[in-house]
Amino acid sequence: MLNLLRGHRPLRLGALLAPGALWMLLFFNLPLVIVLFISLVERGRAGGIKLPPVFTFGNYGQFFDALYLGIFASSVRIGLIVTVICVFLGYPLAFFITRRHPRWRDTLLLLVMIPFWTNFLVRTYALKQVLGADGIVNSILLNFGLISRPLDLLFNEFAVIVGLVYGYLPFAILPMYASIEKFDFTLMEAAADLGANLRRAFLRVMLPMTLPGVVAAFVLVFVPVVGAFITPDIMGGGKVEMIGTLINRQFGTARNWPFGSAISLVLMALVLVGVIAYFRSGAAERERRAL
Amino acid sequence: MPEFAVELRNVSKRFPGPSGEEVSAVKNVTMQIRDGEFFSMLGPSGCGKTTSLRMIAGFELPTQGEVYIHGKPLGQTPPFKRPVNTVFQSYALFPHMTIGENVAFGLEMKGAPKSEIGPRVKQALEMVRLPGYEKRRPRQMSGGQQQRVALARALVNRPEVLLLDEPLGALDLKLRKEMQLELKTLQREVGITFIYVTHDQEEALTMSDRIAVMNHGRVLQIGSPIEIYEEPNSRFVADFIGETNFIEGTVLSVDSGTAEFEADGLRFKAGVEAGVTRGSRATLAVRPERIRLSHAPPQETLNAFAGVVYESVYIGTDTHYRVRLSPTVSVRIRQQNTVPVGMPALEGPVGVKVWVSWPPENGRVLAE
Repeated sequence: MLNLLRGHRPLRLGALLAPGALWMLLFFNLPLVIVLFISLVERGRAGGIKLPPVFTFGNYGQFFDALYLGIFASSVRIGLIVTVICVFLGYPLAFFITRRHPRWRDTLLLLVMIPFWTNFLVRTYALKQVLGADGIVNSILLNFGLISRPLDLLFNEFAVIVGLVYGYLPFAILPMYASIEKFDFTLMEAAADLGANLRRAFLRVMLPMTLPGVVAAFVLVFVPVVGAFITPDIMGGGKVEMIGTLINRQFGTARNWPFGSAISLVLMALVLVGVIAYFRSGAAERERRAL
Repeated sequence: MPEFAVELRNVSKRFPGPSGEEVSAVKNVTMQIRDGEFFSMLGPSGCGKTTSLRMIAGFELPTQGEVYIHGKPLGQTPPFKRPVNTVFQSYALFPHMTIGENVAFGLEMKGAPKSEIGPRVKQALEMVRLPGYEKRRPRQMSGGQQQRVALARALVNRPEVLLLDEPLGALDLKLRKEMQLELKTLQREVGITFIYVTHDQEEALTMSDRIAVMNHGRVLQIGSPIEIYEEPNSRFVADFIGETNFIEGTVLSVDSGTAEFEADGLRFKAGVEAGVTRGSRATLAVRPERIRLSHAPPQETLNAFAGVVYESVYIGTDTHYRVRLSPTVSVRIRQQNTVPVGMPALEGPVGVKVWVSWPPENGRVLAE
C-alpha cells in the first residue's frame, strides 16, 4: 500500500490524513455546528427544538440574567479556589518527588497517576463515603470526642471543592513535576552562596524558572473544573450549582436544549480565550528566553 | 598564633552510601590557608577536594571537625551567611536574568543601596573585561564569557575568600591557558584569598602559591609548586604531579638527607624522605628531564650507568627516550631539542649504547 503511494506525495498525505480528518469532521465539528445551530433557535416544548426552527439570539440573552451570571461567577470562584489549592498542594509534592532517588521517582509518579485509571464516578462516590455523616472523618472525630454530633461535610460547597481538588490534583502535579525536574538545583546553591535565604532563593530563582509548569497546571486544572458537573452534582447533592450542572440540567429536567447549547458555547469561548492567553504567555516566555 | 583566612581542623565528611553503608569523602583533613593566598586543592576525581570546598562554602556540613574563616568557627552557619562566594564548575548563572541582574544579585541580597549597585556591577564587569554586557542573557554568551560573568558575580560582593570549583574545566585548552594567567593576575589585583579546586596538575602549578595534593579523602602534601614538584613526599604525589621514573629497590644506608639505594645490582645515591630507614624496601623517583644522556662516559661517576636506547620519540620541543639500564631497570629521559636535530647518534636509532647520569640531588627515595 505504502509502496504504491510512493512518489505521489499529495496522494500519500491525503490517504494518511483522510481517516482522522473524516472522524473529526463527523464526530467533532458536525456536532459542534449542530450545537451552534440549536443555540440560535427557539426551544421545543418537550425538549429538542421548535419545528420548524425559529431563529433567535434570545438564548444568549437569557444567560445575562443575574441568576445565571451568579452561577457563572460562583463557578469561576470555585474554579479559582480549587486551582489555587491544587497548585499549592501540588508544587511541594512535585518538588518532593523530583528530589527522590530515580528508583523511587517512578513509583511515586505512578501513585499520583493511579487514580486516573480508576473510574471517576466510583472515586467520587468513595469520597462521598469518607465525608458522609457516618463516614470515616466524622467517625474518627466522634470517637475521639472532638465533636458531639457529625459535621456537615457533604452536600455543600466544601464537599464540592474537596472532590474537585481530589480529582484534579494529578493534573497540577504532573506539569509542575516536569518543570521542576528540569530545574538545575545548582542555581539554588548559587543563590544561597550570593546571600539569598531559602525563601528569597525560591522566589527569585526557582519559582520564576519553574513558572511555565505552574501556568500549565493552572490551565489544566482551571479549565475542566469550571465546567465540571459530575463532582458538583454528587458532592453538592443538588445544592451547589455550577455552570456544568446548569448545562446538564438544560438537557435534562429543564428541557431547554437551546439555552444549554448557548451556555456551552459561551463557556467554550471563555476557555478558548484563556488557553490562547496561556499560549501567548508561553510564546512570550520562549521569546524572552531566546533573546 | 597567626590567623588564617581559612582553616580546616580535623575535618571529616561521611555520606550515606547507595546501599546503607557510609562513604568517607573527606578523612581528618587539616589545612591552613593564608590571607591573600592563591591556594589549590589538587587531586583525582573522588579525592575529596570538591567536598572540602563545599564545606567551606557551607553546602555541606562536616561530620567531624570544624571550619574557620578568619579565626571564627563556622559551625552550622548556612551558606548565605558566610563571607565567601563560589564560582561553580557549571557557572550556575541564572538563565532568566540578564548579566547585569546576575552580577547585581549578591549585592541586592545584602541590601546594598540601589545607587551603589549599578556602578559596582559596571566595575565588576569591566574587571573581567566584559564592559557593557549588562543587558545580555547568559545563553547569548560563550563559555569563556559566562565563566567571567560567574567570576564577576562572585567578586562584586568582595568576599573574604573566593572558592573556585574547577571553573576552567569546560573551556578548551587554549582558552583555559589564557584564563589561568588572567585568574592569577586578577587574584593579585583584588588581593582576595582564592581557593581553587582542580584535577589538572599543570593548572595548579601555574596559578597557585601553595597546593594541597589530595587522594582518597586525605591531604598528602601541602606546599609551594616548587616543593610539591621537587620534594614530593610520596609516590602518589610524585606520580600525580608531572612525570616521574620510579625504580623499586632497597635502601642500603641513610645519612643526613642522602641515601644509598640498590636496585637490580645498580647502586644509586639520592635525597631521601624522612621516615625511610636502612634496609627497607623503597622507591627511587627521578624526573625524566633531570637525567643526562651522553655517548661518552660522564666524568661524574655517581649515578652514572651504561644503557641501551630502546625507544626514541621526537615531539618537537623535546625528544623522549627509554633507556634500559639492567634487565629490570629502565628509565624515561626527556631532552630538550636546543640544537637542530639531525645528529645521528641520539636522534633515533634504537639499540644505541649510551650513558645516563644525574646528580644525587635530582633523585629522591620515597617510602613505599
